[in-house]
Amino acid sequence: MKKMSKGWYALFTLPLMLTFALVVCVPFVIGIALSFVEWDGLSKHEMVFVGFQNYVEVFSDERFLNSAVRTTIYTLLSVVSVNVVGLIFALIVTTKLKTANVARTMLFVPYLIGGLILGFIWKSVFSDFFISLGLGNWLTDKTNAMIAMVIVTTWQMAGYVMIVYITGIMAIPDDVMEAASVDGANFLTTLFKVKLPLLMPSFTICLFLTLSNCFKVYDVNVALTGAGPNYQSEMFSLNIYNEIYDLSNFGYGQAKAIIFFLIIAVITLIQVSITKKREVSM
Amino acid sequence: MKTVKKIIPNALLMLFCLLYLLPFYMILTNSFKNRAEMYEDMMALPKNFSLQYYESALSKMNFVTSIINSLVITLISIAILVILCSMTAWVVARVKNKMSVFIFGILVATMLIPFQTIMMPLMIEMSWLGETLGIQITDSIPGLIFMYIGFGAGMGVFLYNGFISSIPISLEEAATIDGCNTWKTFWKIVFPMLKPTTMTVIILDVIWIWNDYLLPSLTLKSKANRTIPISAAKFFGQYTISWNEAMAALVITIIPVAIFYLCCQKYIIKGVAAGAVKG
Repeated sequence: MKKMSKGWYALFTLPLMLTFALVVCVPFVIGIALSFVEWDGLSKHEMVFVGFQNYVEVFSDERFLNSAVRTTIYTLLSVVSVNVVGLIFALIVTTKLKTANVARTMLFVPYLIGGLILGFIWKSVFSDFFISLGLGNWLTDKTNAMIAMVIVTTWQMAGYVMIVYITGIMAIPDDVMEAASVDGANFLTTLFKVKLPLLMPSFTICLFLTLSNCFKVYDVNVALTGAGPNYQSEMFSLNIYNEIYDLSNFGYGQAKAIIFFLIIAVITLIQVSITKKREVSM
Repeated sequence: MKTVKKIIPNALLMLFCLLYLLPFYMILTNSFKNRAEMYEDMMALPKNFSLQYYESALSKMNFVTSIINSLVITLISIAILVILCSMTAWVVARVKNKMSVFIFGILVATMLIPFQTIMMPLMIEMSWLGETLGIQITDSIPGLIFMYIGFGAGMGVFLYNGFISSIPISLEEAATIDGCNTWKTFWKIVFPMLKPTTMTVIILDVIWIWNDYLLPSLTLKSKANRTIPISAAKFFGQYTISWNEAMAALVITIIPVAIFYLCCQKYIIKGVAAGAVKG
């Protein structure tokens, strides 16, 4: 297909690319511009150019800094918890147990239900059910609310990373496992010396998938805690949303949104470079 | 002895899975109980199956309208995404020029942008565009579908492109020699071969669009346009006190997902794995 007229080329690509440009590219450029103004979002009010002031102000915004630190802690806890639980699930459901396939199907279910609905389901667990057990309402305490967020995230995403780990485990050649058992390696030795090292590629994929997903958490945050109590469980995404649509600081909120983008970009670029390096060395 | 040794681990695994899904059991059983019965013992099975909370939840959530909206938005967005992404990805993979490199590069690079970064400028742009052109883009279902096509473009083209690069070009060349034009070559020869990727794209987009909350909550303001996640959020915002009714509402919202999972379980797990590994 070396020869394709410009007409065909345009017909095949233009509809998608025009839509894409209008929905993603243009707003991104407008967004960068708006991060340098002060504006309350009302078209009759004028935007005032303030240069880098929005970006400077961010560093003295306590509510924002708290939410950034909180999001980082939440992300680290969730990444560890999701991957440990997901890996254990994958190891269990790839054994020769007869119920392994059914188990795989069941453990994956929570991932299909959106974060918002999951958040509401667990809200009933952590509030009314926990009260009836005498554990108190977890969502009104800031530490417990954070733990609740991590639990719900783990519940939602463990089945998802399990699927990726299963793909990795299935790709381990049978002769490697046979050789290990012929050499007399027991279960734990096989796990730590054979399986886990060979799972490193899946591990990298899952690590960064969960890292960027957790850092961007919004739905679970809105549904489960709604930033409460007193904004003490407000994560990065929700903070941006509230700054723009709740407090009507459009320019300032947009500056936060750009910082948010830069952090996500750095995380993802590190991931890409690590994955590339590994591909070369293998 | 041998059979017992086999049964115990299997039984333990099933028991664990059931415990893992306990929150579903809780919302299901409590949705049938009345208030007093619920607070008596939240884990017990309901004594009588009363559907009163389902009736009120259905009408308060405007469920029929919401599910039709969700279905329309999901199905049409995905149909258009599959058509446009496969077309673009094919051309970009087969025609090696600077334009193709640019198109592929910008689609993949913008996958980095989190939605929160462009949500506010997007809303401003879309309402301005709608006013200028005299059409309804915000608070309209076609407008939302338009936005989903833009947001789904990157992943769709990326997945298709990877697959197209791995299939030999000779069939397409033979078709051209036999007199097929570009349009026919694509739809008769190439597109049917892309079926595995099409399944992956469909599955990933269903999970994304059906469950998406933030984008529709920003554009769809009128009650008649609400999707399932928005109705659920509005419902919880207004009626947080009555948990039985809320649980009935949650059960209702989960039913479509459960049906989808039961029907295409194999494809879903495959699709999610393929999407994660390639993305």
